[in-house]
Amino acid sequence: MERRAYYKNGGLPWLLIAPQLILVLVFFYWPTTQALYWAFTLEQPWGGGNTWVGFANFLGIFRDGQYWAMVGRSAFYAIATTAISMVIALTLAAFVDRSLKGTKLFQSVFVWPYAIAAPAAGVAFRFIFSPDAGLVGAINQIWPGLWNPAINGAHALAMVIVCHAWLGIGYNFIFFLAALQMIPRSLSEAGAMDGARPFRRMMDLQLPLITPTVFFLIIMNLISSFTDSFGLIDVMTEGGPIGSTEVMVYNIYVDGFKGLDYSGAAAQSIVLMLLVIALTFVQFKWVEKRVHYN
Amino acid sequence: MIERSPFFDFVSYAAMILGLFLVLVPFWITFVAGSMSLPEVARVPISMLPSGHLFENIQTAWVRADLGPKMVNSLIVASGVTIGKITLAALSAFSIVFFNYRARMLCFWLIFITLMLPLEVRIVPTYSIAANALLPFQFLLDTLGITWLIETVSGIRVGLEWNLLNSYTGLILPLVATATGTFLYRQFFMTIPDELVEASKMDGSGPLRFFWDVLLPLSRTNMLALATIMFVSSWNQYLWPLLITTDRTNYGTVVMQLKALIPAQNGTPDWNVTMAGALIIMLPPLLVVALMQRWFVRGLISRDK
Repeated sequence: MERRAYYKNGGLPWLLIAPQLILVLVFFYWPTTQALYWAFTLEQPWGGGNTWVGFANFLGIFRDGQYWAMVGRSAFYAIATTAISMVIALTLAAFVDRSLKGTKLFQSVFVWPYAIAAPAAGVAFRFIFSPDAGLVGAINQIWPGLWNPAINGAHALAMVIVCHAWLGIGYNFIFFLAALQMIPRSLSEAGAMDGARPFRRMMDLQLPLITPTVFFLIIMNLISSFTDSFGLIDVMTEGGPIGSTEVMVYNIYVDGFKGLDYSGAAAQSIVLMLLVIALTFVQFKWVEKRVHYN
Repeated sequence: MIERSPFFDFVSYAAMILGLFLVLVPFWITFVAGSMSLPEVARVPISMLPSGHLFENIQTAWVRADLGPKMVNSLIVASGVTIGKITLAALSAFSIVFFNYRARMLCFWLIFITLMLPLEVRIVPTYSIAANALLPFQFLLDTLGITWLIETVSGIRVGLEWNLLNSYTGLILPLVATATGTFLYRQFFMTIPDELVEASKMDGSGPLRFFWDVLLPLSRTNMLALATIMFVSSWNQYLWPLLITTDRTNYGTVVMQLKALIPAQNGTPDWNVTMAGALIIMLPPLLVVALMQRWFVRGLISRDK
């Protein structure tokens, strides 16, 4: 839709947009370009600036078997958190959508995880899953040594995934409920008249109608699992035991700020950026075109 | 409700109550453990009933993690980001939607693209820019030969430097530099009917007057939504504050202090203090979300879709 009533005031619009543009240029475009520059250069050990090394930094990380193990772990982490969180949120939203008496209360509580800082939830879950305190540790009293995320990598990863999935419930719930409530009442009523029971209506009517939201959330959740995991992992496991919970963002932090390998960290950042851009692109181009039910 | 089905109603309630447990258990355990004494919290499995030591635990956590000044810092950062974002986003969206100039769409896309890459994936170079925020301008002066020009004319070498490490500006600005709010405002401004602009033009008001007297009052809901989202997300920041503040004592935020509250490997397992601390750290954004739910839910959905 083109707007007819425009203002024409030479410099004023530029003045209005300037602060935002400057911030974006300084804190977004410059750093992103800088990351590219670092990824293709190597800092000289005795000073004297960076030299161009082409794809050497990338080859360096790609040849490292541990890097691929970590990418695989990140992908598993992202898919697992996305799946768990979305299934729970969708189930809750489907029942809330029936708007029975008292649902408003449930509805507002289900949103709460959205408000919680990842590290704060991390602390709570670390206590809940602690091998010698809290809740889950109780099984160690019956069966000593069964559960120990401090030394067992799989346990640690599971613990972090559960916490990340829990954090996502609020956000996913909001979107699912909104999508379900957009479906015209008459459609569900027609389905019911034709004898479709609630579960059947969910699978054959509501779910297909909210596929755009489902796809949108899959992408958003994947991106957030790839990028937002730092606080959680730093508080819960610090990447341990023996690197079994190290994922991409955490590794960038470790290599860049602990190892001071800016070029390696920048190359890893570029890989992560490309991944996120690819996901966003899928969201914009493919999903928006493929799924349309208007 | 579409049909009467007492059985399915029962299933619905059962599922929702189960969901309630799932969502509330972490909160409840944080609260319960935070209210216990050391021997009580060490018991496995932990009792599900609160005990009476909440306030002394909060006091201990407050002192141990120096939460007083950190709360103030968190509050400054969160309100700074919120106010900055609301203001800048409104101004830039106003410029993009209501003015006719050539680079309008280019500007919009320049801002919009920033939604794609979260701060976390460009953290290393963003950190280096924070060490000198004027670096891009220096670079510009250097490449355009202006530095050289000034140096030959006056003998002074221009060296622009603005270090943001350990400052509120450094904590706030990079978080303001995203498209979230701009997009939300733009969506809303697009729904304003042209007649409104024409009417106010006819009444003789200029663009700024129109912005202040017509647009801003209309976008109150929008602002509340954006404020909630921004407050929560900036209060909960962890990685960025961790990097930009080497001087934790003066510029640390509460969320950064969580790690300091976790019992050491071989120290006293006083999780009760940890949990009491976690409880007060997670409380402010939770309150904001609980109180503002109606507005922020709408904003969240229209922002991201």
